[in-house]
Amino acid sequence: MTSSTLLSIITFVYGLSAFIYIFSWVFKKPEVARLATWTAAIGFIGHAAGIIWRWNESYGLGIGHAPLSNLYESLIFFAFSLTLIYLIIEYKYRNQIIGAFIMPLAFLTMAYASLSPSVSNHIQPLIPALKSNWLIAHVIACFIGYSAFAVAFGLSLMYLIKQREVDPPAGGSGWLELFPGKQALDELTHQMVMFGFIFLTAGIITGAVWANSAWGRYWGWDPKETWSLITWLVYAALLHARVRWDWRGKRSAYLSVLGFAAVMVTYFFVNYLPGLHSYGSS
Amino acid sequence: MAKETVSAGPLRGLYKFFASITLTITLLLVLAATSVIGTLIPQNESPEAYFRAYGEIFYRIFSALKIFDMYHSWWFQSLLILLAMNVVVCSIDRLPGVWKIVFGVRSRFKAAKFKNKPGKTEFLSTEPPSVVKAVAESLVSKSYGHVQVKPTRKGFMIFGEKWRWSRLGVYIVHLSVVLLLLGSVIGSIFGFDGYINIPEGETVDHVRIRGTGKIYPLPFKLRCDDFDVSFYKNGAPREFRSDLVIIENDREVLKKSIIVNDPLRYAGINIFQSSYGEMQAEAPRPAAVSRPEEIVLSLTVSETGMLYQKKTRIGKPFDLPEGLGKFVVTDFVPEAKFMGQPIGEALTGILTPAGGQPVEVTLPLRFANFDKMRKGRVIISVLEPSAGKQMMPVPGKKKRFYTGLEVTSDPGVWVVYSGFILMLAGCFVTFFMSHEQVAVEITAKGKKSLVSVAGTAYRNKMAMQRKVQRLSDKLAAGTKAV
Repeated sequence: MTSSTLLSIITFVYGLSAFIYIFSWVFKKPEVARLATWTAAIGFIGHAAGIIWRWNESYGLGIGHAPLSNLYESLIFFAFSLTLIYLIIEYKYRNQIIGAFIMPLAFLTMAYASLSPSVSNHIQPLIPALKSNWLIAHVIACFIGYSAFAVAFGLSLMYLIKQREVDPPAGGSGWLELFPGKQALDELTHQMVMFGFIFLTAGIITGAVWANSAWGRYWGWDPKETWSLITWLVYAALLHARVRWDWRGKRSAYLSVLGFAAVMVTYFFVNYLPGLHSYGSS
Repeated sequence: MAKETVSAGPLRGLYKFFASITLTITLLLVLAATSVIGTLIPQNESPEAYFRAYGEIFYRIFSALKIFDMYHSWWFQSLLILLAMNVVVCSIDRLPGVWKIVFGVRSRFKAAKFKNKPGKTEFLSTEPPSVVKAVAESLVSKSYGHVQVKPTRKGFMIFGEKWRWSRLGVYIVHLSVVLLLLGSVIGSIFGFDGYINIPEGETVDHVRIRGTGKIYPLPFKLRCDDFDVSFYKNGAPREFRSDLVIIENDREVLKKSIIVNDPLRYAGINIFQSSYGEMQAEAPRPAAVSRPEEIVLSLTVSETGMLYQKKTRIGKPFDLPEGLGKFVVTDFVPEAKFMGQPIGEALTGILTPAGGQPVEVTLPLRFANFDKMRKGRVIISVLEPSAGKQMMPVPGKKKRFYTGLEVTSDPGVWVVYSGFILMLAGCFVTFFMSHEQVAVEITAKGKKSLVSVAGTAYRNKMAMQRKVQRLSDKLAAGTKAV
């Protein structure tokens, strides 16, 4: 058994957790959600073990480096930070419906990493450009940012679903009965966006400093750089929009969805464009 | 808004325009949307490439709009300048008011301000007001730097306040944005971005500017002693290394091996490992054509001009046409030399003319007319095997490389870096520190006390409600609440 086998098992643990969260939401059985939380938490511990194991394996191959160097490893870390942030939020805000919108994202990310034939799970040695102390800081900052934005995206979806509800049915028999209130969702989204924004900023800055020490320029309008800036600009617009009350709520939620779309382009689709970040694609 | 700064007319209108947050939101989204274009259309390619890819009409339109170098186009730069002006004017507009809140005399707390705050708690304590006051004061001063106690008609009000200055965080972020833009302007005016290829062992005193190709003289000479590239077992590159020497006034002042991520910095100029290549050999390099099984030779008889073909093998003698003698291919040489010059793969053979002494002949695969030089009666050239097309590395032979260096200077980089630090610090303060105030009201109710706790925060009001709840819980626990 290798670390990637363990991580494929975690995929199914997360899938199970996501399923229970959704089940508990749709069938209005909040007591079942406890099971989902425990499943997610156990998966998370295995996930952490898998990452450390993989790190150790790379030393066994004589090419030791932090498991943050290719698409597979970045997906694994993305799902890891996503689950971590989610579990903290659930613990802090005591609401388990949010899990029905976040754990499926963690599951899909892990499934893509483990099952897609286009994602290689081989441990590869570091190419010269990646041999830098900035690698760990840059990748961790970016992916914590991405994960926070993913959580904000889930919350915004919940907000947009919730605000369509014109008249909550009396006796609370609606699907949205267990949803947090609109204002709470809006505030929590804002929290997540701020959290993600500071990490995205840190990710862009560490990337710029790194680029300056590797290639002699801190900014070069390479497609990945540009898309990270586009993402930054969208979230910056969202943060400014909140100063005006009429931009809170619905418009903020749409901007948060737009921002997450930009994250997805920055993360995945940019790899189909030519540029310096090509090692993120295989 | 800014009554004293601008008096009247269009200037005021302009000021109002730039002081608007709607302009900020619009500019940020427009910058985001337009930036997409340059990621879909490759930047700074040759005009021919664009012409081929987009056809004449689109080429003309894109070219007129400077789409092919859009991030440096007048319109994109204008958007950035607008954003900078927006940031500056907004800050000038709002800073004085915030300054007063942060550094001004603390306004006296008013109980009325906290009367209807959401999340306000209330409980009855069995302790008298003076005892509750002591407990509350110590609890509040634990988390709030500034505490005021005010006696009221039937008890006390205790106020706590902290992080007034965090309201300045957003202006730190705005300053950082201005520094980033300023630093990039300084860099583009006073810096340069060049490249140079140096063959191993050679010295240069200039670089070429990227884009224009202009020669830029360096204030020193730069020699590359050695270049090395190493590979992992899977064939991926492991390390590119150049041994560089800086020479000033014919003196070696600095020696350093640079690798990717570890550049050489000297006299404000940075030298980065960027690419490498192999020097073109002076003569064709032997290819890895293996010892052939079958050989086809072309035989031209000089006197008659007749052309013959002959299939043969190494070591198998045959008769030359027209009774001119015998020939045998004796060997295949992968790296033959002629008068000290490498001539690539060749066959060697022994020709015994009719009634003459045997001579050794060399038949290079690459040079069909080579044997003409012998001025014999029959000219032999090799049809099969043909010369290898691929240049293969020859083990044991050291190749000569050149190193490709990126040479830059950017005096604006420190301005940009200070912008980076301020941006992170400012974001942290703005997002995670909020100007908070709490008020604990203690009112005597017989021998007991009615206690209420309320709070307000400049940002993240939900978290503030939880903090108020926690404070209230602690206070209730410490004062024997019923």
